[in-house]
Amino acid sequence: MWKDKAMRLLMLSAASTSIFLVALIFIFLVKEAAPFALKPGLDALFDRQWIPVSFVQERYGILPLVTGSALVTGLSMLFTIPLSVLGAIYIAEIASPVEREILKPFIELLASIPSVVLGFFGLVVLAPLIKSLFGLGTGLSALTGALLLTLMAIPTVITLSEDAIMSVPRAYKDASRALGASDLQTIFQVIIPAALPGIIAAIMLGVGRVVGETMAVLMVTGNSALMTWSPLAPVRTMTATIAAEMGEVSFGSLHYQALFWIGLVLLAVTFLLNIIAQRVLVRYGMMK
Amino acid sequence: MRRQRSEQIIYLLIRLVMYSIVLVIGYILFDIIRNGLPALSWEFVSEYPRKSGAEGGILPAIVGTMSLLVGTIIVALPLGICSAIYLSEYAEQNRFTAMIRLAIITLAGVPSIVYGLFGLGLFVLFLNFGTSILAGSLTLACMILPTIIVSSEEALRAVPRGYRDASLALGATKWETIRTNVLPYSLSGIITGSILGIGRAAGETAPILLTVAAFYLPRLPNSIFDQVMALPYHLYILATQHPEADKVLPLQYATALVLLLLVLGLSLGAIIIRIHFRKKYRW
Repeated sequence: MWKDKAMRLLMLSAASTSIFLVALIFIFLVKEAAPFALKPGLDALFDRQWIPVSFVQERYGILPLVTGSALVTGLSMLFTIPLSVLGAIYIAEIASPVEREILKPFIELLASIPSVVLGFFGLVVLAPLIKSLFGLGTGLSALTGALLLTLMAIPTVITLSEDAIMSVPRAYKDASRALGASDLQTIFQVIIPAALPGIIAAIMLGVGRVVGETMAVLMVTGNSALMTWSPLAPVRTMTATIAAEMGEVSFGSLHYQALFWIGLVLLAVTFLLNIIAQRVLVRYGMMK
Repeated sequence: MRRQRSEQIIYLLIRLVMYSIVLVIGYILFDIIRNGLPALSWEFVSEYPRKSGAEGGILPAIVGTMSLLVGTIIVALPLGICSAIYLSEYAEQNRFTAMIRLAIITLAGVPSIVYGLFGLGLFVLFLNFGTSILAGSLTLACMILPTIIVSSEEALRAVPRGYRDASLALGATKWETIRTNVLPYSLSGIITGSILGIGRAAGETAPILLTVAAFYLPRLPNSIFDQVMALPYHLYILATQHPEADKVLPLQYATALVLLLLVLGLSLGAIIIRIHFRKKYRW
């Protein structure tokens, strides 16, 4: 019997690593970021300028990076939400069984394309297109990034929304049809409202993915840390800043610490989105 | 199923949306295959790069990515499968289990660049592994751990309860039951999920950017403490940092194609295994 107990203990300790890992991630991010809070103080992060390398005065304001991430994410959701919800409706309610068997793996295929490959495609195909379409000096803009991020968010949001639509009890549909509603009325006035919590959770998880996406935005958003809300302006996101600058900082410098603060902000945002989405799913009984 | 004309138009619009998404995916794949194939050759995948990647092949990047993946598998697979066994076979409904589940959900949502920061802080600096295969593999392993746990647990739970009950009734211990009557039947699901996780690790750039990847290193690694080139990072460098980025465009496409083939090959393998075993076990 000792063997049985030992195995149980082994599995238990393996499972505990996840908890351990979350703690470690938090501890090590805080550890590297912490000294910044003492000198120059957290106020410095709320500066409106990000000029980490300067002969005059370095500035570590992450606000332009936050607005950069927000702009790119917001724009991409503008495309992602309608496309994904309609796509999910199509797969769940309209497509024939054969069509569904083909479409689902195809969407999964999109999810498995590495983000650096999408970024590369964005750089050589999409950016020149945007450039000539809007007559810009360069095609590297918030819009270009948002379009690529849409491609990355679509698989997540479609798959989870489809799950939500599928989990609506069949009786709802039958009742609606029995009352004389058409297919379309049933979809938009019965099924979608019933699936809404799941769809909202799907969108939140999609936002989490988009906010944390690095390579595609790094390659196509132009990377200038400006505070702007113009879709055609180049912007710099939080993720791209870490990726682009971490290679060049000296370890332990203020710049290095500021980059870890950005990491903490990203961690907090994605954590909240994830937790709220899970809560919504559990609350409305949509967890599998 | 008679539909009014106005409804038919709306149906058509929804179908149009769906197929434009499919069309865009198709075009991306088509574009990379069309432009990548001409530059792809045996020399390209078997030679060292020359002139900072402007000529020659990408052998070190392929070997680098492969060694990272092997390291990732060695760490993440046992850990992930054991976690899944605990959650599916042993865990009771209590606070501790809820905490583990919360932790897994949290890990799944952590952005890849944050894993990079974490790997830099813990493995590269604190544990002093330096930028190395070891640090990179460990970072990637942390990143794909939740994927492996979730899919393995699903596979374990799919095994009918009767299999366990029958084994226990014959006097087998819990572990014997798991080893002989649960694991074998869930193996296909576990493998499928793991391959998908590995595919994700193969294409990720952000975590290895800070923990392992070398800009240009035309030799093969000697030990797990060596830096290596990696396919995704190499593509990023060629496309954005290379002084003659336009001239090396064919090489960029070819690198993108190799990476895409690797990742899609893994996904395809996973799908085939899933279909094969779905036919074999039916309960």
